[in-house]
Amino acid sequence: MARSHYEHELEHLHVEIIKMGSLIEGAIEDSTRAFASHDLALCARIIRRDQTIDEMEKAIESRCLWLIAREQPVASDLRKITTALKMVTDMERIGDNAADIAELTMRIAEKNVFSDSGHILQMAGAAMLMVRDAVSSYVHTDLVLARDTQRRDDEVDAYFNLIKRELVHVFKADESHLDNAIDLLLIAKYLERIADHAVNICEWVEFSVTGTHKSAQIF
Amino acid sequence: MTMEAIRTEAVRAGDVRLYTEDLHLHYGDVHALKGINMEIRGHHVTALIGPSGCGKSTCLKTLNRMNDVVPRVRITGSVVLDGEDVYGKAVDVTVLRRKVGMVFQAPNPFPMSVYDNIAYGPRVHGIRRRIVLDEIVERSLVGAALWDEVKDRLKKPALSLSGGQQQRLCIARALATGPEVLLMDEPTSALDPISTLKIEELMAQLKRDYSIVIVTHNMQQAARISDYTAFFLLGELVECDRTDRMFASPRDRRTEDYITGRFG
Ligand SMILES: Nc1ncnc2c1ncn2[C@@H]1O[C@H](COP(=O)(O)OP(=O)(O)OP(=O)(O)O)[C@@H](O)[C@H]1O
Ligand SMILES: [Mg+2]
Repeated sequence: MARSHYEHELEHLHVEIIKMGSLIEGAIEDSTRAFASHDLALCARIIRRDQTIDEMEKAIESRCLWLIAREQPVASDLRKITTALKMVTDMERIGDNAADIAELTMRIAEKNVFSDSGHILQMAGAAMLMVRDAVSSYVHTDLVLARDTQRRDDEVDAYFNLIKRELVHVFKADESHLDNAIDLLLIAKYLERIADHAVNICEWVEFSVTGTHKSAQIF
Repeated sequence: MTMEAIRTEAVRAGDVRLYTEDLHLHYGDVHALKGINMEIRGHHVTALIGPSGCGKSTCLKTLNRMNDVVPRVRITGSVVLDGEDVYGKAVDVTVLRRKVGMVFQAPNPFPMSVYDNIAYGPRVHGIRRRIVLDEIVERSLVGAALWDEVKDRLKKPALSLSGGQQQRLCIARALATGPEVLLMDEPTSALDPISTLKIEELMAQLKRDYSIVIVTHNMQQAARISDYTAFFLLGELVECDRTDRMFASPRDRRTEDYITGRFG
């Protein structure tokens, strides 16, 4: 016998998470674009949209709590819902990090001289893909994808170190770009944080399948 | 060490109190229990769960031979209590039922006073002295968390009690013969939430002194009150494990499907 109402509710939850996932992916993409082109109007839109992301987090949390209260799920059902509850926190932080990039861009008087640096865009692309795959691994309960995505964090870290080295190099040649260099480094740091949150999501997906979180059997 | 030796040792250690071995039961053509190997641990609550008709009640009843009188019943295998097969020739069923008490789904007090309900069993076992009976009645009612509510109406008819009180009276009646094991078949399914809570609280206390086996259709109840859970399906024991494991990561797919409500 299928529990159609419950399955339906779970599907709803997945749809919401996919929606929130695409919003935060868009925010990452837009924020790096706004930074690269110094598009202040886009920055303002990103910051406004972050509220929507915050609201989605609350809505998903509420949905999860009601599911627990009404359906009293156990075993893998309970893990799946708990995972949603945990991962929306990381998803919301990813939204914050994108908004942070937008805010930083707005504070800069003019276009950052390093903003077209290929590496920052590549780094943003890699982080964004990690977020997409992390969310997708949840929706499809795909343990292989979750593990593979976690490993890609090293790539993003490598970009961060590369950008840092490049900036040190440029700074040594011309000290007048110190401010610009620091801004860029901060943005790289936000992107690195975004990738860390994607890893957290993957760790929860792993928990939802195995009951183990960071090698500790917790349920 | 042989299986038998390991088991005997476990019983001595106060661990496995009661176990069944390759237990089969036929009601005529109906094969109701298919080779059950189940262990009941001392001072723990074991919950039997599973869809309707899977054999939970049948299994429970074999533990104190309540099935003996059913016509065309055939039982093979063994049920071992404290190292002795309860289906052995030397076993006195009355003594067995004193050691293994039973509480049913619907409260079924006898149509007599509260006092006489509790004193009934001890009287059958030859206890006549008033002072001893008084003591047993009080101790049993205290044990069943009912004493405070009925101590002033011991002479009143048991049927004048509320449903929840009647069920605790039945538990007190089972305690009066000094059992080791308490069998309960859906003891709260006819009760309101408050009375249910009282019985659940009571079970947590009773397991200090008794081993409890309870059949329940309420999965949350099994998760709340039991230490071990046994899942039955179509006369088979699919899985028996610690309740926390069972409700987190059951080993068998069918168990997971059942406890998450995907079939039944
Ligand atoms: N006295 C009887 N005579 C013949 N068949 C019986 C008898 N008692 C039970 N059965 C059959 O044995 C099987 C197991 O019944 P049992 O009462 O043990 O199931 P159960 O798991 O307790 O179900 P429920 O949850 O509905 O109480 C069922 O197929 C039932 O029809
Ligand atoms: Mg039954």
